[in-house]
Amino acid sequence: MQPHHDRTLVAWLLVGWCGFLLLPWYAQDDGFFSLAWLNAGLFTDRDYASGLAQGLWLGRAWLLPLLVPLLLPLLALRQGVDPARRANLLVLAGLLGIAWLAIQGLAVNHRGPADWLAPFVPDRSRQYGMGAGAVLVALAFLFTLTNGLAGRGLVKGDRFVAGSIGLVVAVVGLFVFVPVGMILARAFVPDQFAGQFFDARIWGLACTYSTVRCGVAWNSLLLAVLTGLSTTLLGLAFALIATRTPFPFKRSLRVLTVLPIITPPFVIGLAIILLFGRNGTVTQFVATMFGIEPGRWIYGLPGVWFAQTLAFTPIAFLVLIGVVEGVSPSMEEAAQTLRADGWTTFKTVSLPLMRPGLANAFLLGFIESLADFGNPLVLSGDFDVLATEIFFAMVGAQHEPSRAAMMALILLAFTLLAFWAQQRWLGRRNYTTVTGKGDSGVPLQLVPGLRYTLYAVTIPWAVLTVALYALILLGGLVEFWGRDYTPTLRHIIAAFGVTTGEHGIVWSGTAWNSFTTTIAIALIAAVPTAAIGLLTAWLLVRQEFGFKRAFEFGTMLSFAIPGTVIGIAYILAFNVPPIEITGTGIILVISFVFRNMPVGVRAGIASMSQLDKSLDEASLTLRASSFTTMRRIVLPLLRPAILAALVYSFVRAMTAISAVVFLVSANYEMATTYILGRVENGEYGIAVAYSSVLILVMLVVIGIFQLLVGQRRLGRRTAVPVAAPVGAAS
Amino acid sequence: MRSALLTASCAAALCGAWALPAGAAGKLTLYCVVDEAWCQLMTTEFEKETGISVAMTRKSSGETYAQVKSEADNPKGDVWWGGTGDPHLQAAEEGLTEVYESPANADLQDWALAQYQASGGRTVGIYAGALGFGYNTELLARKGLEPPKCWADLIKPEYKGEIQMANPNSSGTAYTALATFVQLMGEEEGFDYLKALHANINQYTKSGSAPIKAAAQGETMVGIVFQHDAVTMKATGAPIEVVSPCEGTGYEIGSMSIIAGARNIEEAEQFYDFALRPDVQEKARLAKSYQVPSNKNAEPPPESPKLSDIKLIDYDFAKYGSSEERSRLLKRWDDEVSALPR
Repeated sequence: MQPHHDRTLVAWLLVGWCGFLLLPWYAQDDGFFSLAWLNAGLFTDRDYASGLAQGLWLGRAWLLPLLVPLLLPLLALRQGVDPARRANLLVLAGLLGIAWLAIQGLAVNHRGPADWLAPFVPDRSRQYGMGAGAVLVALAFLFTLTNGLAGRGLVKGDRFVAGSIGLVVAVVGLFVFVPVGMILARAFVPDQFAGQFFDARIWGLACTYSTVRCGVAWNSLLLAVLTGLSTTLLGLAFALIATRTPFPFKRSLRVLTVLPIITPPFVIGLAIILLFGRNGTVTQFVATMFGIEPGRWIYGLPGVWFAQTLAFTPIAFLVLIGVVEGVSPSMEEAAQTLRADGWTTFKTVSLPLMRPGLANAFLLGFIESLADFGNPLVLSGDFDVLATEIFFAMVGAQHEPSRAAMMALILLAFTLLAFWAQQRWLGRRNYTTVTGKGDSGVPLQLVPGLRYTLYAVTIPWAVLTVALYALILLGGLVEFWGRDYTPTLRHIIAAFGVTTGEHGIVWSGTAWNSFTTTIAIALIAAVPTAAIGLLTAWLLVRQEFGFKRAFEFGTMLSFAIPGTVIGIAYILAFNVPPIEITGTGIILVISFVFRNMPVGVRAGIASMSQLDKSLDEASLTLRASSFTTMRRIVLPLLRPAILAALVYSFVRAMTAISAVVFLVSANYEMATTYILGRVENGEYGIAVAYSSVLILVMLVVIGIFQLLVGQRRLGRRTAVPVAAPVGAAS
Repeated sequence: MRSALLTASCAAALCGAWALPAGAAGKLTLYCVVDEAWCQLMTTEFEKETGISVAMTRKSSGETYAQVKSEADNPKGDVWWGGTGDPHLQAAEEGLTEVYESPANADLQDWALAQYQASGGRTVGIYAGALGFGYNTELLARKGLEPPKCWADLIKPEYKGEIQMANPNSSGTAYTALATFVQLMGEEEGFDYLKALHANINQYTKSGSAPIKAAAQGETMVGIVFQHDAVTMKATGAPIEVVSPCEGTGYEIGSMSIIAGARNIEEAEQFYDFALRPDVQEKARLAKSYQVPSNKNAEPPPESPKLSDIKLIDYDFAKYGSSEERSRLLKRWDDEVSALPR
């Protein structure tokens, strides 16, 4: 298969040479697609010229050494080069290229060359951020390197796998580790370290024996464990009902469980206050019915836990539904053949097989709760948690970035702990249930006792969700939410008004700008998020390589870091060349991709650990490449995971707030920052009207995604209505 | 091969939006910290008058300060307009902002110029807002209480669990309140007052204006906030009454600074002069903002409490805005007040 691999290498070399010769090296003020560089002088203009022209006659001679690593691989392509020598050449070229790109990029920035370099650079040239040309050259070097490493026998010489690992490591390193490292390094003040770490505000335990508040770390941990447990259990209940009961409203149930994640931040919290707050509808009703003095119990742990459970159960559901569907009916039937009753089968076969899903769902709920910012902000009362404390340490009246960094580290440590615990719990067992053999079993229906218990838990929950959403939809259509329920359209008109002027339609509503930007950016971000997430999952589950655990943790890291920290870290890292993307839409897309990618990874891992490896092996035996195997075998079986990743990343991009606050700019304003501004000013009407519109849009988009991705077709029959539970029949 | 080309075209597409905010003439990047509607109004008015296109982003004071500081190596903003004075002073102290003397300075109120002098010419006052509190008239009537008029009323036992204020660690508003009590009553008495108040407080909110929103929703009876925020809630029709405490009160100076290394320095100066003009300052109330303008010739909005009717204390912005004094007071508040049971 040598020629085939050479073709890929040649293609990447071509890309690299194109980048160096034919595309502008630096980023441009007016954007690549304005194509201004085509007639502005690709070989003569200091702003628009290609790398080679910049190096040869525009005074940026430090770009010329890049020719060496660009030429080296050509030597490797000659006929009859010894494969080992060839691989070494490629590795050398890739390393040289990447190293020199980094060195020159950091040595000469927007202010000119670094001091030690100044004597060698006569005209004190400046450099701007990397543009199209530079990015392509960097990619070419990266894949030359991985190609060489594969040639040296890494990952069994599989070039596609090596390239994938290289890509994921490079982008995660660049967009997660670099910024986070920078902010931690800047915030870390050695002589304050101990004082900030051993702080009663963080670790205090006074609440266990007095009325003084406990430290934020304990609060966060307690909340995260509670939320992780409650979301996993509820998510499991919903997943079981959706797949294994004759419950008549399954479809609406699915929509219901999806609703809370597509709700912009603050809105659920506000709605909960309107129902259960001191002046809330339910509270007032109870007060007049039973003469109980209205209290403020909702502010604090109960309220936040409640809101988070509402908000994150759907994530657990999305992870678990794929897993519950994937549990092999044959195994359950085998248990029944051995005379196990329905309950025993469920307890000893179905449930243990769902373990990876349960563990992943808990991990996600736990981490989400730790990082959640919107709900605690509205509902936490005096129950402070790390996420909000970090935010206000960063941007509050007392600007304490080092304290924020310290708390961010603690938050990270908790995540690490959860991650480790999950690994321990799952152990080395095998959870494969989807094999190459057709599975002709019928999914087991739940035993009646369990079924009714689940109904009893989920139906009230569903009713509550419906009530909250009715209230939210209503909120945008009345004069003043919570006080004056006279119907009005004025909030909708203020936000989404359209009038006709002399030049046609005028989008006069104040929300249009942020609305279109948000949708475009969320859509653009969804695809790479899902792609990188699933690629990573595939590498983790299907490939063996040395640093797998570290790799896995690295990809989970960005999820665990609070958005505020990520936001500031991105400004620190990407405001100056070589990568200068602040103020663009790109920085928003990138931050979404790397913040939400872990969900794609988790969903992919959960589903993929159920797919028997023999499926891949069969394909590989038939001489399909690992790329073809992934595309034709693994991906189609992963449809639920793909859908989950796409939907989730789209939705998160639409509803993210804490990181986005720092990354939005005038041309790229996001819906959530607009809503936050309205909420801050007490204009709930517009905020809620806007949120309702966003919810509707997201529902439509999720529907479209579902159509596009389609259902996974497992060789399974569905139960015919007459079939009584098999256990009873035998 | 196909995959390689695909990757390449994706990469190329990615570079498309890889654009730098331009430094061409006729542009201004504005970091706006007041309410969205007022920000929009300023932007469109300035664009209409000068033809300069304004890229405006609205953020809170702390967020803007953190952003300006993070961007210091390669500044992206030109003007930082609005928001409480302390972060502006802090930025001036750190050299994050530029010295500029506007011809309009001659017409400014003394407090606006005091801010200018305290910062060495790096920031100037554009509006003032006095501290006070607002209460929910319906809740008050339901409990049958006398309307509170003074700070001293708020520590009466009948208000137990009815008062909200923000946490001074996170909110500039609440820190202004803390510093006000210290200056009004003396440090020891001020902290005794805060301890007594603590017993009546049901929650320290994160954001400065949250207490009055809670009061408007009926979630708390009294919220300690800037009076103009309370006026804004009242203007939306909430049953809120605004109180200017009888003992006197502190205030904030909303400020404006030009960011050091601004790319559009001429436009920034043009905006600076524009924002200090009396006719421009008077327009704030069209956007439902009721702060007191800093230009002597600007008419204060009729809805807002007149500064002349408010007993303003001689607030020492230089002292209480400094990092050491702030850290000391906040530490004391953490140790002595917030740690108390209630």
